[in-house]
Amino acid sequence: MSEQIEQHQHVKLPEGSIEKTTTTLNMGPTHPATHGVFQNILELDGERIVSADSTVGYIHRAFEKIAERRPLYQITPLTDRLNYCSSPINNMGWHLTCEKLLGVKTPKRVDYLRVIIMELARISDHLICNSIVGVDAGAYTGFLYVMQYRELIYEIYEEICGSRLTTNIGRIGGFERNFTNTAFTKLEKFLREYPGVLKEFENMFMRNRIFLERTMGTGGISAERALNYGFTGPNLRATGVDYDVRVLQPYSSYEDFSFNVPVGSTGDNYDRWLVREQEMWESLGILKQAYEKIQSFKGADAEVFHADVPEYYLPKKEDVYTKMEALIWHFKIIMGEVEMPKGEVYHSVEGANGELGFYLISDGGRTPFRLHFRRPCFIYYQSYLELTKGSMLSDAVITMSSLNLIAGEMDA
Amino acid sequence: MPLTNDIIKQKLEEHFPGQLTSFEEPYGLLTFEAPKDINLKVMQFLYDDPTLKFRFLTDLTGVHYPNRKGEELAVVYHLHNLVDNIRLRFKVFTDVNHPDVFTATSIFSSANWMERETFDFYGVNFVGHPNLKRILNVDEMDYFPMRKEFPLEDQTRADKDDAMFGRGGHIGI
Repeated sequence: MSEQIEQHQHVKLPEGSIEKTTTTLNMGPTHPATHGVFQNILELDGERIVSADSTVGYIHRAFEKIAERRPLYQITPLTDRLNYCSSPINNMGWHLTCEKLLGVKTPKRVDYLRVIIMELARISDHLICNSIVGVDAGAYTGFLYVMQYRELIYEIYEEICGSRLTTNIGRIGGFERNFTNTAFTKLEKFLREYPGVLKEFENMFMRNRIFLERTMGTGGISAERALNYGFTGPNLRATGVDYDVRVLQPYSSYEDFSFNVPVGSTGDNYDRWLVREQEMWESLGILKQAYEKIQSFKGADAEVFHADVPEYYLPKKEDVYTKMEALIWHFKIIMGEVEMPKGEVYHSVEGANGELGFYLISDGGRTPFRLHFRRPCFIYYQSYLELTKGSMLSDAVITMSSLNLIAGEMDA
Repeated sequence: MPLTNDIIKQKLEEHFPGQLTSFEEPYGLLTFEAPKDINLKVMQFLYDDPTLKFRFLTDLTGVHYPNRKGEELAVVYHLHNLVDNIRLRFKVFTDVNHPDVFTATSIFSSANWMERETFDFYGVNFVGHPNLKRILNVDEMDYFPMRKEFPLEDQTRADKDDAMFGRGGHIGI
């Protein structure tokens, strides 16, 4: 009998695959539901997940190694490519780390401009994540609708730094140029129109029966397990822990702003969605406050957009052509010939999906001796098996998108 | 009374007399070194002690110091006490030829992948780890790429045809 089967078998199946009662399903590395390149080998009993094995690293680009040969300002473009849905936060986090190492003090106006950029980035990141959760639950409309406001945010970036996705925005000590009037006009437009759009987007999902049933009670985790798994950001706050780096260890003058830290209770997909939604409202509030503070600068103060650090901040081009000093600094910075002080520094910022940390060791040379990125989603993705075990396959898809996993950040 | 670096240091020195060295505070962050065979004891003490409460593993990574003979590889832990909002960093050093360090996975689930990453790039063998295999690099790789003996390409090397790499020369018509 078994010989007969072997004779007629066209496909060579692995040992024991006929007897076993579970199904092995390969989801990824390229699959529309993974929103990035990672592979999950799922063991299914019917539609229930029995066990899973995750593989990451498909787009590993050795950023930490590359950074060991680059002067500080050339590392900024590498940070763009970590969480590319909110690159400005990564850029700012990196500049703040360098400033901490170098002991640079930035003027208040620079801090507020940075807050504007970071909160815009947070909104655009949460917007994508929340609308993608909708897409995975079968609602494409919301995703397409909010795209035009992400577009507006990208236009603001473009106005400041010239690029949209991988922004390379800002420099050590401040910004490459002052914000133009167009940038502020677009910001005003955003502040005027976006609340209505966000409200409409919310109405589409918040009390939507299908959405509620797909997200409530799926992919949940307790606060204790979440902390043990190193959760940070909205995912941790959805479990009820109010840990926010902006509040606990304020950077870039976040202590001057008043905002709430929204928390959930069950840590499931719906709570994560709600926390992100509420954070967008809080970010809007911060944006308004920051814009008011910016407008209160008058005269020469309103022209300040960088700190005075000639060793690390590129001089103006007309000065380079006319002044000896500026030419020397320009040459030294571009050729990466500026030695940095010896030291060891860890600095973290509240990235859109968690605590984004930079651990920088300098041995006094021109490039970092060691640079390590604490990438939030690399750390919390390992809980995916625990989150999805015993759930339906379709819930696992939503859980994955509501964790806000960004392959670029995970793989560095 | 708020928890300060001095109190933490004092507590640690009481519990591990003479074993912890190199106490520093670069940029305000308490840093010290521990012998590698008591790394778990230190972590467990920091976790359990009712005043210290370092119950969040922020980061775990490796560093290669080729000039420190006999202790070339370092494993660096960043811990965070979320209640009192204070961080600390501690390091254990190990010989590059016998890079065995006890795994922290029994205390922190988050250490799992971070240790796999450290193993992947530095070859630190985490004793007791449930699934110590490469994570970001391919499984077939037979070296540890973040070690300092693998320098990045010299950008001035002349033995390559620049035209093939889009630098200099003329490409196309």
